[in-house]
Amino acid sequence: MRATLAIVRKDLRIEWRTRETATTLAVLGVLLVTVLAFAHDPDPDAAPLLVPAVLWSAMVFTGLLGVERGFLLEREQDCLAGLRGAPIDPTALYAAKLTVNVLLLGATHAVVVPLTGLFLHVDLWPVLPSLAVVLLLGTVGFAAVATLFAFVTVRLRTRQVMLPLLVLPLLIPLLIAAVKATEAVLGRGLGGAPDALGVLVSFDVIFVTAGALLFPAIVKD
Amino acid sequence: MPPLVSVALDARGIARDFGGRPVLRGVDLSLGGGETVVLLGPNGAGKSTLLRILALLLSPRDGVVVIQGLDGRAARAEALRHVGYLGHESACYPDLTPRENLEFYAELYGVDDPVRIDELLEWTGLAEAVRRPLRTCSRGMVQRVGLARVLLHRPSVVLLDEPFTGLDPAASEALDERLRALRAAGCAVLAAVHDVPRAAALATRVLILHAGRIAWTSPASVPDAAALAEVYRATAVGRG
Amino acid sequence: MELWLGAIGCAGLVGALYVALLVAPAAVGESVAQRILYLHAPSAFAAYGCIFVVAIASAVYLWKRSEAADRVAVAAAEVGVLMCTLVLVTGSIWGRARWGAWWTPDPRLTLTLILWAIYLSYVLLRAFGGDDEEIAPYAAVLGIFGVLAIPAIRVSARLMKGMHPSVLAPREGGSGLADPSMKLAFWGGTVAMVLVAVTLVLLRTRLERAERETNALRRLADAAEGVGG
Repeated sequence: MRATLAIVRKDLRIEWRTRETATTLAVLGVLLVTVLAFAHDPDPDAAPLLVPAVLWSAMVFTGLLGVERGFLLEREQDCLAGLRGAPIDPTALYAAKLTVNVLLLGATHAVVVPLTGLFLHVDLWPVLPSLAVVLLLGTVGFAAVATLFAFVTVRLRTRQVMLPLLVLPLLIPLLIAAVKATEAVLGRGLGGAPDALGVLVSFDVIFVTAGALLFPAIVKD
Repeated sequence: MPPLVSVALDARGIARDFGGRPVLRGVDLSLGGGETVVLLGPNGAGKSTLLRILALLLSPRDGVVVIQGLDGRAARAEALRHVGYLGHESACYPDLTPRENLEFYAELYGVDDPVRIDELLEWTGLAEAVRRPLRTCSRGMVQRVGLARVLLHRPSVVLLDEPFTGLDPAASEALDERLRALRAAGCAVLAAVHDVPRAAALATRVLILHAGRIAWTSPASVPDAAALAEVYRATAVGRG
Repeated sequence: MELWLGAIGCAGLVGALYVALLVAPAAVGESVAQRILYLHAPSAFAAYGCIFVVAIASAVYLWKRSEAADRVAVAAAEVGVLMCTLVLVTGSIWGRARWGAWWTPDPRLTLTLILWAIYLSYVLLRAFGGDDEEIAPYAAVLGIFGVLAIPAIRVSARLMKGMHPSVLAPREGGSGLADPSMKLAFWGGTVAMVLVAVTLVLLRTRLERAERETNALRRLADAAEGVGG
């Protein structure tokens, strides 16, 4: 645990110093919301229906581009060897990168959500707590899968294409549930979508656990 | 071979393939405290691979590595506490300062002593560079931070892969001095080195790696540079 | 051995299809096209079987680093994708015949589609990811994750069904199999298809082994050439 916190702090410090990833992701999120909103050009009545799709498309898009950063930075100066040579549990590395990715995506949400509300004529403020819960659950599930495979794809030649290819099919159930839950939040409230919530929570539990258990097996050499 | 004070690292039967070809075919070696063993060998002989296996960063196809009596496979995390490895790159983050890098690794290794970091920064001559990110430092300074990182947890076995490459004469002298200090402190040092005269000057024992095996071990006293160059030529370059 | 299994499997399939097409009575209220169920459902059994084999073989590989387990995983993934394709195509044809739609939001079909995508990405990872030895652990994790996703996929697929409540998919081979000859066609076909799948996996495993040995020999030959020349 101490190792996880140390790595998270280290990553955040590097991010703070360079500010690369958070800014690029936020800008990308803004661009995507703009494109989606304007391309659809919906009537003010129909617009709120688009909110779930826009929010989650933005997360997937920015997430796929952002999760590799955590492992890319370990490739410089062979820092991964430094981490693997330390007497720490390999799971700590996974947990740390997962945490940082969730935080970065959270920062992106903080920019995307207000903008979506603005363009699609929806007042998201009253439902913010429930929306935040759904965003958190969906983001954790996404990061659990994407972080693990980012470790893989960072080391492959065909990198850019591979990550979406490997990760998107697995994430379809999560995204369906996230969209359903978001719809519920905007409509009758979170209680109206117990199944979707169930999928989100169980997906998170299953894949964070599986990721933590299986990560040491792939970080071996 | 002089009688060893204690066997810090013992490796038997190390074999490893790379891309389907065998690179190491059964390497045996041991390191004792206070020794400075130099590993010579042509490019592609497998020196880096061997060092990484000894540092427990790669698993050999066959063979066992035992560090301070701890099995490298069964007790890996424990064994890692006794090893420090410096490869071609420093394993230090370019966007952090030397001090921040050392503080990070101190947390990973559970080194609680705050004075230790100051000590190491002094010892490696980095005291004045502490405030600048590593990206802005010279190669010599980066390498010194790497060495400081390696020594942070006071390992009894230090493995260095071509530590003198890219260093100017002053920096090489300084590194030489530090390696002698390590020897005096009882550390077991294994360094892969390119340069034969430097090997002769530095080593208490020389090994030549060729065709995946230790092809030659120096006798009780290491020969001088000229003789060593001759042996090296005969062993590693003449064949194949 | 594969030859026998394959022969029995194929004969079984032919037999089952004969019964399915000519002997079994038509299901109540269904057209001739309903008979495609006798190909559709067995393929589904075979597909899911293959997918579980991938997951188990992957787990064995990660645990024991057994190369044989890895080869089985590769083979089962490819055959699984093949079987899934069969399920999707027959399901689509059936949907078109019955409701005029090439795609129906049947939860089981959705599950098969997503699994098809997951294991197709497994096959692509192995094809383009690089050295077998290097990517085997990564592919193994993917193989296991695919199976872990199944509960989530099943529930969320049902969530989607909410969009088209009027389209109700028939229960596969459920209470519709009144006549014993229908049962024979159904279960006989299932056994036969599974045998065919097993045969294909065994053959593909053997092929994979031969491929890897050839590659290893080729690399040794290249290396020897390099040293001598």
